[in-house]
Amino acid sequence: MSIAIPEYIPALIVAVPLLGAFLTPLISKINGKLRNIFVILVLGLNSLFVGLLAYNIFTKSTPDSPFIYTYIFGAKDITLPVVRILFEVDAMSIFMAIIASILTLVAVIYSWGFMKENTGLDKYYTLFLLLTAGMLGMMLTGDMFNFFVFLEITSISSAALVAFWTHKGESVEAGFKYILISTIGALFILFAVAILYGQYDALNIAVLSNAIQYTFLDKIALVLLIVALAMKAGLVPMHMWLPDSYSRAPATVTIALVGATLASLYGVLRVIFTLYGNVLLEPAKFDIPVSMFIGWLIIPLAVISIIVGVMMALRQTDFKRLIAFAAVAEIGYMFLAIGTGLAAMGTAYGRTALEGGIFHIINDALDVSLLFLVAGAIYYATKEWSLNEMGGLARNMKYTTIFFIIGLLAVAGMPPFNGFASKLIIYESTFQLNPILAIVAILCSILLLATFVKVFHSAFMGPKLPKFSDVKEVPKSMLFAMGIIACIIIFFGLFPGLVVENIVRPVADALVSNAQYLSAVFGGV
Amino acid sequence: MIIGITLIESGVNLFLITLGYRKGSVAPIYTSSPGGVMSLPIPQALTLTSIVIGVAVLALMLSLVIQIYRHYGTLDVRKVRRLKE
Amino acid sequence: MFTIETGSGFWTPIVWVIAIVVAFLVMYILRMFGNKTYKKDTEQVKSFLSGNPEYSKEHMHIKASNLYWGFTQSMDGFYKILRKMHTGNASDYVLWFVIVLAIFFLVEVM
Repeated sequence: MSIAIPEYIPALIVAVPLLGAFLTPLISKINGKLRNIFVILVLGLNSLFVGLLAYNIFTKSTPDSPFIYTYIFGAKDITLPVVRILFEVDAMSIFMAIIASILTLVAVIYSWGFMKENTGLDKYYTLFLLLTAGMLGMMLTGDMFNFFVFLEITSISSAALVAFWTHKGESVEAGFKYILISTIGALFILFAVAILYGQYDALNIAVLSNAIQYTFLDKIALVLLIVALAMKAGLVPMHMWLPDSYSRAPATVTIALVGATLASLYGVLRVIFTLYGNVLLEPAKFDIPVSMFIGWLIIPLAVISIIVGVMMALRQTDFKRLIAFAAVAEIGYMFLAIGTGLAAMGTAYGRTALEGGIFHIINDALDVSLLFLVAGAIYYATKEWSLNEMGGLARNMKYTTIFFIIGLLAVAGMPPFNGFASKLIIYESTFQLNPILAIVAILCSILLLATFVKVFHSAFMGPKLPKFSDVKEVPKSMLFAMGIIACIIIFFGLFPGLVVENIVRPVADALVSNAQYLSAVFGGV
Repeated sequence: MIIGITLIESGVNLFLITLGYRKGSVAPIYTSSPGGVMSLPIPQALTLTSIVIGVAVLALMLSLVIQIYRHYGTLDVRKVRRLKE
Repeated sequence: MFTIETGSGFWTPIVWVIAIVVAFLVMYILRMFGNKTYKKDTEQVKSFLSGNPEYSKEHMHIKASNLYWGFTQSMDGFYKILRKMHTGNASDYVLWFVIVLAIFFLVEVM
């Protein structure tokens, strides 16, 4: 029942945006519209490849034999010892690749109408395609140094895109802070990879996780990797670059940045569960297993993330900064679910918590992207940043209001949208670990609803202001892009069983059992 | 700020190179080698990649700093904070 | 494929949607029993502000920073600490990274 696709599809998924990025400046010399259509076609083709690969992996996986694609560069099959670069695609990688391709495809459809009056658009599209290639490479690779290289590609191109509007001072400052934090994180990741290489003489994730023992140097490498990747994912108190860079970038760049942030979260999962998977059940000090140790270290930071994110979001008057702080709170939810899954490893509710966290990744990516796109639409129509100046826009922009209501209800976790489904799983499983966690999560979810109701009132409700009397609806391409995400949100909300059984459960199974990951390289040896 | 990042990057590159050193080794080139233990070539490749990435990041950061100076008029980190709280 | 099962419960959105639709139908039927006539362009259409005069439209709209005044005023102590934490200074971002790294090192390794 699976479609026959060629062996080298993982390499194609990364190579097609790269080739598109090199051809874009040439094509944009001919015509502007041709370049837009070319970029949309390239990303559409890429999404088709990702969809085919995902269909194959998800339909062929059963709980005890998941289907993993490996593609080795430059040889026919894998011979031990592994010296070449390997792309190893299991269910978790292709899940994140689906998210990345949906987000970037919607972003380029949106930017047809949004970036129309800007100059320098050929550089924008080139950098965007490079960013896509970097993100997808980060998610599909099976080699630690390759991960570092793709991480740097992603951070360089996204920093240049954040500072796209160079005529305003704040965008350049936000771009500078973003590249500063990214580079420090990436250099510490390289340091940890160097430590692991010096010990075991291998860079491949499967070979490393087969040979790893929990020595002193390994502990140092684990701490460095987790903290550097969590900083890039936006865990409090290292989150402060996130509101700055999300709020001053153009709206389409922001949703690509959401994809890059989630790719760093994928890195945390890959390091903890696959790289150190064999040592997770060994006892560390005080005779508790390592997984409980790391889990109970992550959980307080995650709870502080949720509280700080929501509290700071309530005070903001800048539209996109508010949504950025809400995104910090949502990352806190994901880390809470991961921490619970680690601390309760082996029990049933630990597995459920991990499923809830993974389901929440895709839900939150879609919801927050819809909110950022609505913010971009309002900026396009009224050229206002601050919420204090807006009011009464619902009379002129009907469709944007409907999309904002859908995004509001979905982010705050209201039934029947998809936010409620994943948050329900997180509430119920963290309650069984410790009731205080679930109480904090529910309270902050209510405060998040309060925050967005404030935005809804001050931007859309209210009497008709005379200065906005000639504001029209935004162009059709932007409405179409927002409509795609809204349809996916409603679909995930009405049929959550479909998503959880067919997509999320294979991902959680593939993540926990790293023996399957190893057997794809070592071939059952 | 930028000098600090350059220092970290040079430190990590140095660490990578010294990982491949074996006592009394020669350069890892096969043609007309004098024989004996060779130092590992893989960290040398990793370091080359890392130096190139560092150059690209440094170029981007310096161009952003030029733009910041044009907008803010100062390069003091404590004053370049229009985006706070 | 319509329900998800958490560890200790289940959730079916279709049943919820049907319940909401039934509730809306009941509301609509009750609304149809009301009085439909009103006189246009007289005093019945103007907004009622307990007898106070209505100012210009910009004055009547509550701005965003004033909306949750009660909440932000009562949590003022907490907010003072939070605002002092978010300085915007780029060196402080690196400082927080080093602090978290140090805490993780001390707990995990020693």
